[in-house]
Amino acid sequence: MADSERLVSALLDGDHAALAKVITRIENRQAGYRRLVSALHEHTGSADLIGITGSPGAGKSTLVDKLAKRYRDRGDQVGVIAVDPSSPFTGGAVLGDRIRMASTAGDMDVFFRSMSTRGNLGGLSTATADAVKALDAFGKDVILVETVGAGQNEVDIVKTADTVAVLVPPASGDDIQMLKAGILEIGDVFVVNKADLQGADKTVQELRSMLEMRDRTGESWEPQILETVATSGEGVEELVDTLENHVAWLAESGTGVEHEKRRYAEEIRRLLRDDAAGLVEAEIGRLGGIDKLVADVADRETDPYSVADRVMEPLADCVEEQDR
Amino acid sequence: MADTETATKIRTLVAKVGLDGHDRGAHVIARAFRDAGFEVIYSGLHKSPDEIVQAVVQEDVDVLGISILSGAHNTLVPRIIEGLEEYGVFADTLVLVGGIVPEDDRAELHEAGVDAIFGPGTPMEDTIDFVREHVETDDGR
Repeated sequence: MADSERLVSALLDGDHAALAKVITRIENRQAGYRRLVSALHEHTGSADLIGITGSPGAGKSTLVDKLAKRYRDRGDQVGVIAVDPSSPFTGGAVLGDRIRMASTAGDMDVFFRSMSTRGNLGGLSTATADAVKALDAFGKDVILVETVGAGQNEVDIVKTADTVAVLVPPASGDDIQMLKAGILEIGDVFVVNKADLQGADKTVQELRSMLEMRDRTGESWEPQILETVATSGEGVEELVDTLENHVAWLAESGTGVEHEKRRYAEEIRRLLRDDAAGLVEAEIGRLGGIDKLVADVADRETDPYSVADRVMEPLADCVEEQDR
Repeated sequence: MADTETATKIRTLVAKVGLDGHDRGAHVIARAFRDAGFEVIYSGLHKSPDEIVQAVVQEDVDVLGISILSGAHNTLVPRIIEGLEEYGVFADTLVLVGGIVPEDDRAELHEAGVDAIFGPGTPMEDTIDFVREHVETDDGR
């Protein structure tokens, strides 16, 4: 497919439109997207990946804008992926995170991309991780992935980042919510944003006591708690320094390499699960489709276990054949 | 297999450009697009033509809807289109203008590359149907 080769080489040459198109194909799971991502892999590995999550209204987008500005001031090339939910009814979405990107307006070296959850395929974390690869291969130094910390999907997304910052608005009464979502466990840095509001101190204290209960055996990184006012930029410099410290710690302690290995293992398994599921679907089709199989089971002509055996038989045979 | 399972969506940018602060129409169209199943990126108010171009390029939208009620369309719209051409994305972008555009200015905007102009009172379905009919999403070939 010459077209995808052209697209990859344009991306590597720094063509913004090509980068954007590659991300579109990744999002669409378009024919040939896998080959695109495969071709990108060898060019990745140099960017710092930072996940930013928190409840709606915590100030994520505003903080991302200020972070992007700060990284730009230091001479870094910045990529941003902002994930927003799509409507479960129409599949449509209004993606408004871009509105907050005022500090770096017109600066093409901040590549900002909005993504919707597109609900159905359940592969959002794969799509996000692949989009991150495209930005990494393009030559971005820092990639910020912003997502609402609301559920498993989102947790999976930020887990693909090296460093995770969790935003907590003051006096949000959100402590229980955060525990539910498992977000407390994934944060490397906790940011009490809107720290000029009343209740910020109390939120810091609550966070501290919750983090003390957290089990981090075997990891020497102490989760940090910072206060920021994203609208004014207060505390952003300290936040960037802290994120930087975490990146340095990842490299020195070898934890970064461990995380990376775990991520790739997970990625390979996930791809294989998808492919295996595809093979199984095809085999079900060959046997007359799921409806027919279900009818046979309902008529007591066969049972679910025998159906599963029948579907798997040719696949298992193939694997055995390879062993010989 | 997973590779053939696609999830193509129509991506749109609803943009407010220049000094005009009237965004009710933009909000209404953004919502209508969303309800039609499109993905809508909203630019926010007071964007410069460069920022709109940047958003179109980075977000790889299929449709750019520019809302203008200030009367500055003859300057702003061609500048956006020039920018799109510069990045080589003009050909795959459907460019729509919504708002107040006097009859006399329409030919000029069409000449500059605007695909359709929707004035006040246009039924929402007309705009959505137009997008569905004319949009070209990248099919990867």
